[in-house]
Amino acid sequence: MLEIRDLKVRYGGITAVDGISLTVNDHEAVSLIGANGAGKTTTLHAISSLLKIASGKIFFDGVDITSLPADKIVQMGIVQVPEGRQVFTKLSVEDNLKMGAYLERDKAKIKANMEFGMNLFPIIRERRKQTAGTLSGGEQQMLAICRALMTSPKLLLLDEPSMGLSPLMTQEVFKVLRTLNEQGTTIFLIEQNAYEALEFTDRAYIMESGRITLEGRSADLLNDERVRDAYLGGDV
Amino acid sequence: MTLTYFLTMLISGLRLGSVYALIAVGYAMVYGILRLINFAHGDIMTLGVYFMIALMISLGLPFWATMIISVILSIAVGLIMERCAYRPLRSAAEETVLISSLAVSTILQNLMTMIWTAQRMPVKLPAWLSVANRIGPFTIKTISFVTFGVTAAALIILTIIIRKTRIGVAMRACSENRKAAMLMGININRVIMFTFAVGSALAALAGFMMSGDYGTVYPTLGFTPSLKAFCAAVIGGIGSLGGSVLGAFIIGIAEMLFAGLVPTNLTNYRDAFVFAAMIVILLFRPNGIFGKQEGGRS
Amino acid sequence: MSPLKFKDVPVLRFIAFIVIPLVILILAAGAPKSYITSLIVTIGMYSLLCASLNLVNGFSGMFSMGHAAFMCIGAYMTSFFTVAPNVLAAHCPGLPNFMIHTSLPYPIALILGGLAAAVVSLVIAFPVVRTKGHYLSVATLALIVIVGAVVDNEEQFTYGSRGLTGIPAQSTVWPVWIVLIVCLFIMYRLVHSAYGRGLKAMRDDPTAAQTLGINLVSKKLSIFAFSAFFAGVGGGLYAHYLTTISSAAFSFTRSFAIVEISIIGGMGSLSGSFLGAIFYTIVPSLLQNLENGMVLFGTRLPQLFGLANIIMAAFIIILIIFRRQGLMGNSEIILDTYFRKSTYTALFKKGEWAKIPRYFADIPVRISAWSASRKKLRMEKKAP
Repeated sequence: MLEIRDLKVRYGGITAVDGISLTVNDHEAVSLIGANGAGKTTTLHAISSLLKIASGKIFFDGVDITSLPADKIVQMGIVQVPEGRQVFTKLSVEDNLKMGAYLERDKAKIKANMEFGMNLFPIIRERRKQTAGTLSGGEQQMLAICRALMTSPKLLLLDEPSMGLSPLMTQEVFKVLRTLNEQGTTIFLIEQNAYEALEFTDRAYIMESGRITLEGRSADLLNDERVRDAYLGGDV
Repeated sequence: MTLTYFLTMLISGLRLGSVYALIAVGYAMVYGILRLINFAHGDIMTLGVYFMIALMISLGLPFWATMIISVILSIAVGLIMERCAYRPLRSAAEETVLISSLAVSTILQNLMTMIWTAQRMPVKLPAWLSVANRIGPFTIKTISFVTFGVTAAALIILTIIIRKTRIGVAMRACSENRKAAMLMGININRVIMFTFAVGSALAALAGFMMSGDYGTVYPTLGFTPSLKAFCAAVIGGIGSLGGSVLGAFIIGIAEMLFAGLVPTNLTNYRDAFVFAAMIVILLFRPNGIFGKQEGGRS
Repeated sequence: MSPLKFKDVPVLRFIAFIVIPLVILILAAGAPKSYITSLIVTIGMYSLLCASLNLVNGFSGMFSMGHAAFMCIGAYMTSFFTVAPNVLAAHCPGLPNFMIHTSLPYPIALILGGLAAAVVSLVIAFPVVRTKGHYLSVATLALIVIVGAVVDNEEQFTYGSRGLTGIPAQSTVWPVWIVLIVCLFIMYRLVHSAYGRGLKAMRDDPTAAQTLGINLVSKKLSIFAFSAFFAGVGGGLYAHYLTTISSAAFSFTRSFAIVEISIIGGMGSLSGSFLGAIFYTIVPSLLQNLENGMVLFGTRLPQLFGLANIIMAAFIIILIIFRRQGLMGNSEIILDTYFRKSTYTALFKKGEWAKIPRYFADIPVRISAWSASRKKLRMEKKAP
């Protein structure tokens, strides 16, 4: 579904992403794991076309999307849940969801999608008249996911969904992501929380200073010595 | 001082305020989305007036036609300006874009000087606009009514656009969180172009009202009024359109009352008074009267 | 840190060893003297004004646009002490007696002008520095209007918009450049002192600076005052160059010109102010020929007033699109090896005389290579 070939991104003199290649297949859940500053978010931004890439190609369903602008990427069915949620804090929860459906013109579909999201996260239904800024971090994360689902994306990109959430909240968010994945949404996720990410996904890539150093089935990586030492804090 | 005199001043203030409101809204919209003080905004206003005069003299078109064509031309200039001087600087620091807008302002002013010279040019409006109507004890020119009407209509249409239309929704999203808006599939270039188009159209309208009242136009006409309109937007709280409109009326009325009420040897301090008032208000309300706390640079 | 000496300040060395000899060469070349000298004087004044603006805009994280207001205060205050008493008594009867009757030497009058600007700046900076970002820029613009209105209307002090006349033409090449060099030296030391490091910490991360015990308000107020002092001195120089001043000489346009020079040169650089001033002075004066309808390929071009301004403004837009940090960014010209005696003694000893000109020939290369490395540093800071 998604294929990245030899992607390079530079900020002035430094290379943030240094020639990475990865694939995400239909209906898969794939994670990209790495420490702070490894280039994960940059990779995600490159896919969403929020920044200019230096070289490399990105394909989606066999179509070259490398040079498409951000809005066209969303139209193709790739939607990102950005780091730090980035909900519209001054708007109500409902308006946030409507904003997520910006490209969707079919009213019935918008309504159906909104119902779908609110069924996934019942708390969002409770809060729907509230201003998004008054929600807790976990609720905002749920709202951000709901908002991303408003255009029925084929591929959902998530940037550190567990960041700043309590363990309980994290569990809940991942539970919903699993449901989504089982229902057919392809998920590409980047995380520092390696354990959660590996538990949840089918395959994973490990990223270090702009390069992919390791890849494989998540279950295997979970037992890999190197991964255990570097990302899982030894014995888990 | 009589009540009539006071009320006459108040009415002048309202007229001035509505001109400022048209300019201030344009400033506030652009600022909301780009965090840019577009110094060239006032020059678009002047340019609109020059377009109108040129069309009237050279083509002899009817008044309404010249107004519409010159609004369209002003929009075109606004869009060219955005494309050439601001879009390439989308990711630059705020100050850098500010300088770019100063440079654009210089270019526009000098172009106007080059084409129409620095001399004041008379603005001849149709006679019916300058008719003085006696209403009770007051004498009010028709153009004042037109100014109120145009401002009210423009602001109502703008509110509807922002509240109800897709592009309006996109504008609100962009001004709150540009990155998130992009991730929603909003084409921000289109939103920004639309914002500049609306701002330029309003500026041109304000130019007609202002010059119609003064009766002349010169290349730097727009600079001081637009700076004051910006003060108005700042006083109101520049993030909110309603705030900037209210700020514009506060400034307009305060300015006229100041000019009318202080001893004559102080009336020359009119402009200084407006700017000093702005500094004082910022001292107590650093984000304007209706502005919300802003997260600084993003 | 041992006290800085004259020879340790790179920008001064640059001026002392490269620019001044060049200037003398040009003067000696027999060009029309008045034209060239006025260019040199203008470059000196603009360098000073721009460097003083950079103290605030480049080193403190605030963006002021109100420099003309402080220039104006400095210009009038300096002139009050240099204009002949009989002229002052006739034109500005409202001034206190001691001001009318005291004539001070030019340098002392300049210092008083700077002090007056600094004092006034402290009064107005108090509300202004509390505002943030763009609000501050507009508030400083407002200062120009306010100061201008006072100058225009308080005729008994300033002779109003008719302008204060009879200012002695004392801003010739050497006074201006000596003042410039002294001021640059002081500013350079200021920026490279503990105080200056605190300033840069505040610019780069105000919150972090606060946690280090830096008082943001006092820092902002003080740098504002320092900047205003030098702007006042610059204004004084400018007044004695024009010999007649009114508020029109200190309008928005003047402020914008200084801001533009600062952008061309690079906001965080004192040497940049200098390069920017050279550029901003020389290029428009060359473009002026275009405006007056020069003869090109046998046809006389029409007179196009304002063309020079348009070209300059367009150039500035192009410059900031392709080189946002200006010519110098945050860096200073360092030409260490040129000024080390050992460089030359070594060459002498080896008898390689011929290498010396070659050594100087690659100055531009060195400057650009070095500012490229600074650019890299800057970008690294920007990356997430």
